[in-house]
Amino acid sequence: MNVASLTIAELRRSYLSGDLSPSEALSSIAVEIDQKDNAIGGYLSFDLDRALADAANIDLSLPLGGIPIAIKDLINVEGHPCSCASKMLHGKYTSPYDATVIRKLREAGAIPFGRTNMDEFAMGSSTENSGIQICRNPHDTTRTPGGSSGGSAAVVAGNTAIAALGTDTGGSIRQPASHCGVVGLKPTYGRVSRYGLVAFASSLDQCGPMTKTVADAALLLEVISGRCDRDSTCLNEDVPSYTGAVGKDIKGLRIGLPAEYFAKGLDPAVKDRIEAAIKTLESLGAEIVPVSLPNTEHAVATYYIIATAEASANLARFDGVRYGHRAEADDLIDLYKKSRAEGFGEEVKRRIILGTYVLSSGYYDAYYLRAQKVRTLIRRDFEEAFQKVDLIVSPVSPTPAFKLGEHHSDPLAMYLADIYTISANLAGICGISVPCGTVSVDGKALPVGLQLLGKPMGEIDLIRAAHAYEASGDAG
Amino acid sequence: MNIRTVAHLARIALSDEEASRYQEQVDQILKYVEQLNLINVDGIEPTAHAGAVFDVVRQDLVTGNSLSQEAALSNAPAVSHEQFRMPKVVE
Repeated sequence: MNVASLTIAELRRSYLSGDLSPSEALSSIAVEIDQKDNAIGGYLSFDLDRALADAANIDLSLPLGGIPIAIKDLINVEGHPCSCASKMLHGKYTSPYDATVIRKLREAGAIPFGRTNMDEFAMGSSTENSGIQICRNPHDTTRTPGGSSGGSAAVVAGNTAIAALGTDTGGSIRQPASHCGVVGLKPTYGRVSRYGLVAFASSLDQCGPMTKTVADAALLLEVISGRCDRDSTCLNEDVPSYTGAVGKDIKGLRIGLPAEYFAKGLDPAVKDRIEAAIKTLESLGAEIVPVSLPNTEHAVATYYIIATAEASANLARFDGVRYGHRAEADDLIDLYKKSRAEGFGEEVKRRIILGTYVLSSGYYDAYYLRAQKVRTLIRRDFEEAFQKVDLIVSPVSPTPAFKLGEHHSDPLAMYLADIYTISANLAGICGISVPCGTVSVDGKALPVGLQLLGKPMGEIDLIRAAHAYEASGDAG
Repeated sequence: MNIRTVAHLARIALSDEEASRYQEQVDQILKYVEQLNLINVDGIEPTAHAGAVFDVVRQDLVTGNSLSQEAALSNAPAVSHEQFRMPKVVE
């Protein structure tokens, strides 16, 4: 049996029945990684000895007792490397503390195991911007897994991990989940603490689960959610029973269909899958209601101003002084400039430069402030739509996974592929990608993800509908 | 936009080849985002954070659980006398 192909729920049953112990499971997963991951590149590192030590005194009665969770390489785990897939930090940084999500995982009995590949500092939609190694889609190794949490998606899809954590700033959980055929949930902004996550865009980033089933995602979300004294943007609201939403029917649930998300640029085969899934939701008792999100076309432009502006400020900390790469230089300004030039990769530098420009004196109002105002309009679109409906349904991505190298020379083309996911981050709402079947491209079956978007703190409805869809068997 | 000026503000050294490539790519992205100028945003409040959380305060007490000096220095590229070591900045 390949232990790594199990779900969280299945592995828990194996533990509780005495068929497996956490140390046996960890050793078995390590063998799978050794055998399979060279061809995929989903892991940047893993530390079996440390995980076995963590497993030694684990309480199996806890909700995640003994369950190994793969961790995107921008989340701090004490004693583990945290490179953000950047030469800036690779081999140069060991986390001195646990992120709040890791503390919560540990309190629930989970074992952080393995650091997953990503676009450098989470900037990208294909994991091709990893400064460490290439990452491939397990369904077709000539294609990317999506990104930026491409490693987390690839290891769950490729059965070298039970489940993983990712982060989503403009779709970085949902889009790779879609391209790899796994479940990925982006929580409402503030639902999950960001303390200990290396920040990309602080007003957009959220951490969430990437799993094989909706039930596993609900369980992980329930564990990592909740207030945090070290993140003042983390909402002080009770965590409801997300696992309790699994198995509830969706009769009478109103699901909005935004016309703007089915316009030009959507691959016809993807569109067919999404429309079939919508019919299934309807047959399960949901009421499909047309809605409009008229500012959708401005979301990508708004996002790339706000996200790069915030990134330029957040990444100022990588200056060769306290941690990370330091270049040889006699003069302080040169030390900063050379350390950053050598440590950061191409896309990261491009975004820092763009972000610096839109915040610079004389341009702030024209770019950054204006983008923040358009952000308000985008948020209002959702507020109005959610007056009429409980959820919104759409594709996650306009196409299946792209070929490696397809967008190399054209960053803007890559940005435009984020059109369906970006608005949720700007509006701060929650969203999930759930597998809804495959499309055939070049003789390969490539996964398609169905996106459901929910109201702020509306994760219960999201999980309810995603699980009902998953259980219908429509995805095949 | 002058790429050299902005790169200096961002404290990133660029080769000539990088400067010309970034100039072209960033100009292209800026041209794309100009579409926002066509939207009427008169009287619209800017959104800085999606979730409106204001004035989160706590008791002004030392909470403990801070990093030790040793841990804080553990990843530093250069340390001297239990401090971060830097090139000389004063004559």
